Amino acid sequence: MDLRHSPEDEKFRDELRVWLEREVPAHGETPPIDDWDARRVYDTSWQKKLFDVGYAGINWPKEYGGGDLSLPQQLIYYEETARAQAPYVGVNFVGMLHGGPTLIAEGTDAQKEAHIPRILRGDEIWCQGFSEPGAGSDLASLRTTAIRDGDDYVVNGHKIWTSFAQVADYCELLVRTDPDTPKHGGISWLILPMDAAGLEIRPLPTLQGESDFSEVFLTDVRIPVSNLVGAENDGWRVTNVTLRFERGTAFASEMINLQQFVAALVEVAKLPAPGGPAWDDMETRRALGHASAELDALWAMLKLSIAEAIETGVPGLGGSAVKLYYSELCQRICEFGMELLGRASLSRGDVGGRPSQKVLSKAFQSLSLTIAAGTSQIQRNIIGERILGLPKEVRR
Amino acid sequence: MDFRLSEDQVALQNGIRSFCEGRVPFEALADLEQKGAFDPGLWRELAEMGVFGLRLPEAEGGVGLGYADAVIVFAELGRRLVPGPLVWSHLAAGLVDGAVSGGAVVGGIDSITDPPGSGPIVVEHLEHLDVLLVLREDGVFRLDPRSLDAEALPEPLDPLTPVHHVRELPDGERIGDAALSATLWQGGAVLTAALCLGICEATLETANDYAMKREQFGRPIGGFQAMKHLLSDMFVRQEVARASAYAAGATLDHPEAGDPARAAATAKLLAGQNAVRNARGSIQVYGGMGYTWEMPPHWYWKRAWVHSQVFGRAAAHEEILAASLG
Repeated sequence: MDLRHSPEDEKFRDELRVWLEREVPAHGETPPIDDWDARRVYDTSWQKKLFDVGYAGINWPKEYGGGDLSLPQQLIYYEETARAQAPYVGVNFVGMLHGGPTLIAEGTDAQKEAHIPRILRGDEIWCQGFSEPGAGSDLASLRTTAIRDGDDYVVNGHKIWTSFAQVADYCELLVRTDPDTPKHGGISWLILPMDAAGLEIRPLPTLQGESDFSEVFLTDVRIPVSNLVGAENDGWRVTNVTLRFERGTAFASEMINLQQFVAALVEVAKLPAPGGPAWDDMETRRALGHASAELDALWAMLKLSIAEAIETGVPGLGGSAVKLYYSELCQRICEFGMELLGRASLSRGDVGGRPSQKVLSKAFQSLSLTIAAGTSQIQRNIIGERILGLPKEVRR
Repeated sequence: MDFRLSEDQVALQNGIRSFCEGRVPFEALADLEQKGAFDPGLWRELAEMGVFGLRLPEAEGGVGLGYADAVIVFAELGRRLVPGPLVWSHLAAGLVDGAVSGGAVVGGIDSITDPPGSGPIVVEHLEHLDVLLVLREDGVFRLDPRSLDAEALPEPLDPLTPVHHVRELPDGERIGDAALSATLWQGGAVLTAALCLGICEATLETANDYAMKREQFGRPIGGFQAMKHLLSDMFVRQEVARASAYAAGATLDHPEAGDPARAAATAKLLAGQNAVRNARGSIQVYGGMGYTWEMPPHWYWKRAWVHSQVFGRAAAHEEILAASLG
């Protein structure tokens, strides 16, 4: 148990910091949330810059163009990019964190060749077509069908909560290829080109008022059989490969962002107020001190869970505890931030020198964290059943 | 950077765990309660295991290990509710002759947390002590516990932590400066956090076992989602305690790897609160049986509270953390 960084890791940090200090300001302002064309350009051109200097795909194998960094260097990468307020993975999220890693693990040589380098360079955007109106937490009950017709599958169905559908080039699509085998048995994982005929994308405004995700309607969409990833009807296992990649360090940079958010709240607390700044009040200092302790513990928990996953070779489960704790902590911190704003929290834009925009957008986002990537209730079931070994729920 | 336990640390953990399981089972604690909460034989055996001299250099008769190792050991002691002034005697190694061998049982008063005049001076284990240390803002002081004007309190919160009310606290002999006092206080916070980690683990483990065996409505209560989620929250609290206590140990060993003051405050704050909460959770899982004297959960809740009252309460650590923010 030794938390010191090696001289090589410190050198990696120094070089990365110098590069970020130059490149982040040069990359310009984040585009408005509803300007999808600008967002695509902003996020993908940053991805290209990362690729050109070897910082793209830090946990991807070298043979596929990834950085294949050691775990300490990955953590340094997250610390430094967050500290420098570098652009987030953004529209590259699904390709970089789901689709790409899944293709590396399960794709054919032709599929890897066609997609991996393009994802890594920011040339190709992916979205996720997993959830359906009737298949949320119970994902395996999905009903979108794919019927084999010659060299194609003919797909009909309805996907929902599809992030980045408006700008995506491809979709990781879960379909039912065997209607007679219930649940997990009859599912397949397909690569859907988003320009296929029969696709309708309908933006679904979130509670933020913008359309980060969409509904996707599929009517007789033809997808070549060569786009099948893994074996037919083996999609559930492939999906779990995907989800395994999502856990672990997927939330690392957001955790560091939250530390910066708490530092920003300290500044809000120090603003002048008639009875003296909120910071003079012990309750306020204690709440912020407590929040910062929890964030330090969370970061230590992430390190410990990843280190032990390497040890035992069973990744994922510890990630449920990290995700559960992080998402609920983020909500508590955001609500405290809104409390600090007082009546300025009634405006989504800054008012009277109070950073309403920053606090409220974080607070909105925090509400999704306990739902997306497995609700807190599902995470508690996973911890209870798969870590603590408690009797399983009755499932149908 | 490697957060994993080394092979030596795993061996250390297994060694102390099997010692405690064999020597301090729950029945032994119940027995000790009848015999005045202190077992001189056990104390000597703990000394022989190296519990007190763990961090003292080998040249000075210690084991020569660090805080990370001590955290692992104290988590095991906490898990089994091993009674006695463990943290004080450990901190006294190298400072008080006989502390390492167990020949001198050393206890203490934390006047940094509770300065004189802030309330009654209540001291743990006084009747069994050979030496009493006092940590003050201005230094470390040594007193003869037998010379104090003190009375035993007949109803201690924790049946295995007897307490005295000290009416008058003399200055005693100054044996260390303010810096040493602050260092010992920080170390005490981390070791107490480790004891709390052990409580987080033990309460989850026993409650989980109980939830698998206890049947209602024709099935084990652990199969009900309400119970499963309660236990899952206890698991998260255990992991928070573990990560923060381990990080604090490693950071005290190598201050350049982080911020020791923040790491110690985080560990004491979170492991401390989580121990009380997990103990409460285990009482809830045991239900009516959890409210009985014969079942273990209340012992953990009471000991966890004892730990919360020394080396900084939650509020003090939150203020330390807030001060580091701005």
